[in-house]
Amino acid sequence: MTNKEYNEYVKQKTPDSKIFSNCLKAFVSGGIICVLGQVLIAVFGKCGFGEEDASTLTSITLIFLGALLTGLDIYPKIAKFAGAGTVVPITGFANSVVSPALEAKTEGMVLGVGAKIFTIAGPVILYGTFASCAAGLIYWIISLF
Amino acid sequence: MDYLKAFAVGGVICVIGQILIDKTKLTPARILVTFVVLGVFLQLIRVYEPLVKFAGAGATVPLTGFGYNLCKGVAKAVNERGFLGIFTGGLTASSGGVAAALVFGFLVSVIFRSKSKK
Amino acid sequence: MNTRIGTQTVKIENPPVILETASIAGVKEGEGPLGSTFDKVLTDDTLGEKTWEKSESTLQRQTALLALEKARLKQSDINYILAGDLLNQCVGAHYSVRDLDIPFFGLYGACSTMTESMSIGSMLIGGGCADYVMCLTSSHFCSSERQFRNPLEYGGQRTPSAQWTVTGAGCAVLSSHGDGPRVTHVTTGKVIDKGVTDISNMGAAMAPAAIDTLLAHFADTGAKPDEYDMILTGDLGVIGSDILCELMLKEGFDIRKNHRDCGKLIYDIEAQDVHAGGSGCGCCGSVFCGYIFGELKKRNLKKILVMATGALMNPMVVEQGESIPAIAHAVTIEN
Repeated sequence: MTNKEYNEYVKQKTPDSKIFSNCLKAFVSGGIICVLGQVLIAVFGKCGFGEEDASTLTSITLIFLGALLTGLDIYPKIAKFAGAGTVVPITGFANSVVSPALEAKTEGMVLGVGAKIFTIAGPVILYGTFASCAAGLIYWIISLF
Repeated sequence: MDYLKAFAVGGVICVIGQILIDKTKLTPARILVTFVVLGVFLQLIRVYEPLVKFAGAGATVPLTGFGYNLCKGVAKAVNERGFLGIFTGGLTASSGGVAAALVFGFLVSVIFRSKSKK
Repeated sequence: MNTRIGTQTVKIENPPVILETASIAGVKEGEGPLGSTFDKVLTDDTLGEKTWEKSESTLQRQTALLALEKARLKQSDINYILAGDLLNQCVGAHYSVRDLDIPFFGLYGACSTMTESMSIGSMLIGGGCADYVMCLTSSHFCSSERQFRNPLEYGGQRTPSAQWTVTGAGCAVLSSHGDGPRVTHVTTGKVIDKGVTDISNMGAAMAPAAIDTLLAHFADTGAKPDEYDMILTGDLGVIGSDILCELMLKEGFDIRKNHRDCGKLIYDIEAQDVHAGGSGCGCCGSVFCGYIFGELKKRNLKKILVMATGALMNPMVVEQGESIPAIAHAVTIEN
């Protein structure tokens, strides 16, 4: 059996993820987190914050909740059910910032927590910033004409 | 109605992520990067702003919303400051979220301990 | 004299006795179907230590000391301790053996370490170089997870083919004399790589190595699968076991009746939500040194083949695009 044949065979032997039920769970749990965001926007709006500030405060609150639930070991339990429903919202970003840092505490505050806090946040911030600069360059070139 | 729209649009964006995870074996870290960059791109081609107007938190809470924010910020900064705005716009607009993630992330890491799983 | 038979097997003329074994398992493993067969089940996976790496080496050391106690031997009686684990630079083994006063050989065979150490230990004793050898290995879910996969608190889903690293350790004391089951044949595996790159499908990466070693064992010894009361693999899990049995059948060896896999035995796969089963050095370590050795002592098993398999996986090199090499070592144990 060649490697290629073996890998084909393995693919056929390996059960697929239950994609339909996974998607349903992701839809519901992701949707709920977004509704929570909408509620927060409304609450901050009521408190007199402008649209943009209310939105930023909502992000900060959700990040706080994601981080706290990760520390309490609750977020991974929800995530086991929710899959992408808890990865894609900003709370998932918070989880990906906290989780590597939390367990790297045993390696100290600088090279442990300090470095590992960027394990997943680093690539996100890097490519996000890079993409925004590329977009900025396009906007700037357009502005010249 | 706003809540229903947020629920539906946010849910659908998460489903796209789920399909990517299950079908392409992309790791969640790659999914996050993809979504942020996608958000920047979709705002650049002026698709994401209408979605935010329609769905509110349904479009801003998923990580594509983070990309949208970066792109919106850079557009505004280039408009106001010209060339320099290319560099300042994105991070300025997203500074709240990034700082919150780092500060809360740090505090939680210091306060809590990682636990065994079952 | 010992005899080499065939290409990969040694028949040991003065086969060493497995004098005693010790096994310690983690909380989750203790809740599994084999819970009552371990010598000790942890109530706290940290073992009171501040880091997961320390937890693992303490687990390993406690298992070694328990084995000595059960065998009524002193550290000075032991000529060699052969130990290894999954962690970088084998820190689990090195920091456990640091506190022991026994000459040491460190082994890295990933999850195959239990039978790798028993293979070498048996040859050391069979070759007249030692009277007592300890074979020791461990794995810990938390230290492995952080080294090989994601942070513990990271919210992700496991794929159906993923396996759960066993928190557990096993130690076997081999002796040149005494009563008990004996290691009669050692079949040493080759590194086999069939190009599997999915780090969440270790069973599939390891199955070809298991097949290769098993075929070599049958060819070298002339034994038939039916001669064994049990053909025990280490941690192929559900998918790897399925592949092993099916491809062995194609080679003309039907092992479906007597094949068992420690990774399938140690957990209740469905109820404990471990997807494709258990994995890790401690999987074969704790199951062999617990349940299986118990059955051998009760003489419920007369002749078995134990073959632990290891995925020699390095996450960095896999990121570089490499596939996952694997190894399997087999020992025949007869009562």
